[in-house]
Amino acid sequence: MTGDVFVVVGAGQAGIQVCNSLRNSGFSGQLILVGDEAILPYQRPPLSKSFLLGDIDEQRLLFRPQSHFEKQSIELLLGTKVIAIDRSSRTISLECGRTLNYTKLALTTGTRVRLLDCEGAVNTQVHYIRSLNDSIALRNKLAEVERVAIIGGGFVGLEVAAVTRKLGKAVTVYEAEDRLMGRVVSSMLSEFYSDLHRENGVSLCLGERIDKVEVCDNTVQIYTNKQHSLDCDIIVAGIGAIANEEIALEAGLSCDRGIIVDNRCLTTDPDIVAAGDCTVHYNQFAGKTVRLESVQNAVDQAKVAASTMLSGDLVYEQVPWFWSDQYDAKLQIAGINTDYDKYLTAGRVGDNRFSIFYFKDDCLIGADSINDPSCHMAVRKIMTTKSASMTQIQENLDDLKSFAKQ
Amino acid sequence: MSKVTYRQADGSTNTIEVPVGWSLMEAAMQNSIEGIPAECGGGCACATCHVYIEEDDLSKLPDLSDMEGDMLECVAAERLPGSRLSCQIRMTDEMGDLTVTIPSEQF
Repeated sequence: MTGDVFVVVGAGQAGIQVCNSLRNSGFSGQLILVGDEAILPYQRPPLSKSFLLGDIDEQRLLFRPQSHFEKQSIELLLGTKVIAIDRSSRTISLECGRTLNYTKLALTTGTRVRLLDCEGAVNTQVHYIRSLNDSIALRNKLAEVERVAIIGGGFVGLEVAAVTRKLGKAVTVYEAEDRLMGRVVSSMLSEFYSDLHRENGVSLCLGERIDKVEVCDNTVQIYTNKQHSLDCDIIVAGIGAIANEEIALEAGLSCDRGIIVDNRCLTTDPDIVAAGDCTVHYNQFAGKTVRLESVQNAVDQAKVAASTMLSGDLVYEQVPWFWSDQYDAKLQIAGINTDYDKYLTAGRVGDNRFSIFYFKDDCLIGADSINDPSCHMAVRKIMTTKSASMTQIQENLDDLKSFAKQ
Repeated sequence: MSKVTYRQADGSTNTIEVPVGWSLMEAAMQNSIEGIPAECGGGCACATCHVYIEEDDLSKLPDLSDMEGDMLECVAAERLPGSRLSCQIRMTDEMGDLTVTIPSEQF
């Protein structure tokens, strides 16, 4: 493999995993990791959780120290933007004017935030959380303000709501849909989270869209489609993310709101793989094509992508999982349950420890667990190894772990 | 500062100083110690930072939470009496030096 040059574009969770997996698999050629941020690769999940709260500092977010990259001979090109891929000459162009040759290319470009586009939004400072700098800016700002309006009742918005309540701020959350996290979780779970946030003092405005924002004497005024208005000090928007697919699209790779990959993480070019939040793929557990934004998808696809770059035979077939921390509730999601026809609840919601199992055509397709990690882990194992009916889950509720091993 | 020795499944060791407040998982990551993928970054959500604590050191550690105990039920390598999740063990002034062994598999 000497003489080979593998280039990885995007230094997030997927990018670093591709590099580590390549080296762990014995790849000894040149390996270049290009990232547009000017700092060492870091973990994003804490940006809306412990880091925002101030529990951990920047250094503790880093995946690996500088010395790791030196030791592994991973050339880091940080603060570097890739502007084009030329597939015929197998080169990429960097914004600084340089070009890099590649023999194999991995695209792990991630996503960027969707920007608030209502009237007045461009003239107002709206906070978002995607990068470390975003989280630092918000953390600093939170130290100076009292009233926080959060636009978007998805995971990011709600995690920020939990943190800002912990910091003692007055928090209002606006969600355009009639329930929280509606894109990802069941209505039962949405309801649990509505109660949880209200109990913790959040003012929730469901089914309410922002029509206009205005700034007047340091006060931000929000006007909604229900003719309500609110005065606040800052706005934090968590209204979704957009896949960074442009360089792939312009290079002629197939994209559909994400870079399309197969189960070996190959794009439509045999020399280019892609992994993580920027990809769309047919997911066997969802039964459809999806774009997953999760650590699990980034890590597992990256391992597959690295294998494919080395002509290995790994395929992506891992059970999707996800987690979110809000107040004292740890949510762990296994599988993709947006399409269920039956469900089963185990444990009691009032005890703050329960799981909801989802079934389609009498087959387990996933479970949401609140403070119930053993159930979550058992479901992941069950879904990896077999199909389980509702009756089987019901009969084995007391010992799912053993059932998983059967 | 307390010293923590990480022993790999093959017997090789690394000893590092761990600042107070850091978890044993974070210290391993920041010192390029392999074998602790810690996919969730310390959220007690993934069970991929499993380590074995020496029997004599167990009493020095914070108690096992229900959450950690549950996650330990699901680790890839065998759960032993010294099993802990390294993301849940934060260094304190009182803890002193420790030796931990990293299992051969985390998935």
